Amino acid sequence: MNSVLSRYKRLASIGAIAVAGTILLSSCAANEAGTTDPSAAASDLAGTIDGSGASSQGSAQEAWVAAFQTENPDVTINYDPSGSGAGREAFISGGVSFAGTDSALKQDEIDGGFAACVPDTGYIQVPAYISPIAVIFNVEGVDALNLDAPTIAGIFKGTITTWNDPAIAALNADATLPSAPITAVHRSDDSGTTKNFTDYLNKVAPEIWDAPAADPFPYQVGEAAQGTSGVVDAVTNGTNTIGYADASKAGDLGVAAIKVGDEFVDYSPEAAAAVVAGSPAGDTASDTDLVISLDRKTTDPTHYPLVLVSYIITCTEFVDAEVAPVVKAYVQYITSDAGQSEAASSAGAAPLSTDLSAKVATALESIK
Amino acid sequence: MTTTSTRKPRSTLRPADRIFAGSTVIAGSLILAALAAVAVFLIAESIPALIVDPAELKGAPSSFWAYVGPLAFGTVWAAFLALVMALPISIGIALFISHFAPRRIAQGLGYIIDLLAAVPSVVFGLWGIKVLAPAVTPLYGWLVQNLGFLPFFAGGVSGTGRTILTVAIVLAVMIIPIITAVTREVFLQTPRLHEEAALALGATRWEMIQMAVIPFGRPGMISAAMLGLGRALGETMVVAMVLSPALVINFVLTGSQNPSTIAGNIALNFPEANGVDVNALIATGMILFVITLVINSIARIVINRRKAFSGAN
Repeated sequence: MNSVLSRYKRLASIGAIAVAGTILLSSCAANEAGTTDPSAAASDLAGTIDGSGASSQGSAQEAWVAAFQTENPDVTINYDPSGSGAGREAFISGGVSFAGTDSALKQDEIDGGFAACVPDTGYIQVPAYISPIAVIFNVEGVDALNLDAPTIAGIFKGTITTWNDPAIAALNADATLPSAPITAVHRSDDSGTTKNFTDYLNKVAPEIWDAPAADPFPYQVGEAAQGTSGVVDAVTNGTNTIGYADASKAGDLGVAAIKVGDEFVDYSPEAAAAVVAGSPAGDTASDTDLVISLDRKTTDPTHYPLVLVSYIITCTEFVDAEVAPVVKAYVQYITSDAGQSEAASSAGAAPLSTDLSAKVATALESIK
Repeated sequence: MTTTSTRKPRSTLRPADRIFAGSTVIAGSLILAALAAVAVFLIAESIPALIVDPAELKGAPSSFWAYVGPLAFGTVWAAFLALVMALPISIGIALFISHFAPRRIAQGLGYIIDLLAAVPSVVFGLWGIKVLAPAVTPLYGWLVQNLGFLPFFAGGVSGTGRTILTVAIVLAVMIIPIITAVTREVFLQTPRLHEEAALALGATRWEMIQMAVIPFGRPGMISAAMLGLGRALGETMVVAMVLSPALVINFVLTGSQNPSTIAGNIALNFPEANGVDVNALIATGMILFVITLVINSIARIVINRRKAFSGAN
């Protein structure tokens, strides 16, 4: 009795510490770099660089780091997927040599300067990771589904509640839609996927989706699940469900075609790359800042506007000149064909278009 | 005889004794220091979230308390539901092991129960998502259809089964081993004389348990329940993985909108949080710290008050 009872009592108080400890540790657990392969081809590059930022790039960064370190055995790259906001803050304060972010730098952030860069030498901001977002569904007897932005907005906002709602039926004349209630699944954790999904709905169907784009899901309706895999799992195991997730994780689930212009466009990496290539430059754009203002309202049926674009931010001239060649080579690798196809195979990203890739390469040449 | 009684006990300590005594003192004070450090960390890091304009917090709640309220409610509600399910089952298992099962089966069952305590919570979480949630979805549909007049089953039914009731079932499975282990030990401590006296007076075995075992074991059962509740309150992974959370306060067991728990909410939102939102999450952690502290204190008070009978002294 004594030993058992006191053991559990002690466990309870240890538990409190363990919870706090887990919180602390979980923030830095993912930045452990892969081991280098000493037998790989030698290169002149050496040194350690740190990056942090968007967790959307996390799995792609892992693959990039592993591949780059295999090529360059003396290089160590750490990427901490601590979130876009935290990554930008860390870069601004000089804590990291490069940052990944789902949201481009704001003007006041640029005006404030960057501690890691030589003052007044500018910065680099290039798209590195394009991830299409798929609207996935699991509805009995329905294999293909056509949806437009107002309908998707209605479904996820809870104003369209059954599958045979006239709004859905009007878009799917051929499908036999059940009269079952819709279970819409969104992310329960903060996510760049949610931000881009809600940005699309807010831009294309603002009369229904009146909440601005944000990492947390804005409305208190529908179901929530943790992470992309959680949403996919909930949609798969539930009945008459719909959700949104990185397209690469959709698996065998049905993926809705999105109305663009007058046609319904199925997700494809090419269509996702096309909308990025076809979108105008953003407000802060320059030769070294290739920010894109995504054209969510595109009417070109070769475009798939529901995509997430994640950037790499770094310096043109570093205060610590030793990191410059490593950062340059690494970002060049990321945005190269090899790096992009690595991200496509490991994280399901859509590759940068040839045109954009060339512009990025030019911008990266200015790193000294 | 006389020589042994007049010999004084050795008062000088050998170095090994000193070292051993010193190291146990260090070990003992280390846990206190760690606890104090956690408390200081929680309070210090919470302050920015408590004094900041609540509009700057994520979701712009009217105050920090409006943000933490639903979470604190969900924490206690989920743990309470788990306890309601786990306690009768645990006591049943404990009684079976201590008083009904043949010795060999009792031993084996005891080992299995202890083994259940060693299963990591993330495994329970996966089981909750992959097996339990899909399995209970039809049952929830039936409950809502037929018992919808009860407030617990009001409104629409969840299409995925990821409700607070599912979470509570998983939590119940997780705390059963703790409650069973403690109550089993308490029941085994029932004085043999009490039991034999009851049987001698003509009681059936069930009456004997009612008259002798349960009254003797009640304080132990209460403290066991408190310990199980403590574990359920702090459980993180299962809630984060299984629950479909929302910032609401309601008693609906089968709906899509479920109150989240503090620990689950921290796990979900910490990875992407920055700035004052981190402080807000740590502040909710402090609230959880206080809740668990209160629960554990109550358990300790109950144990201490009845320790003469419970065998927990």
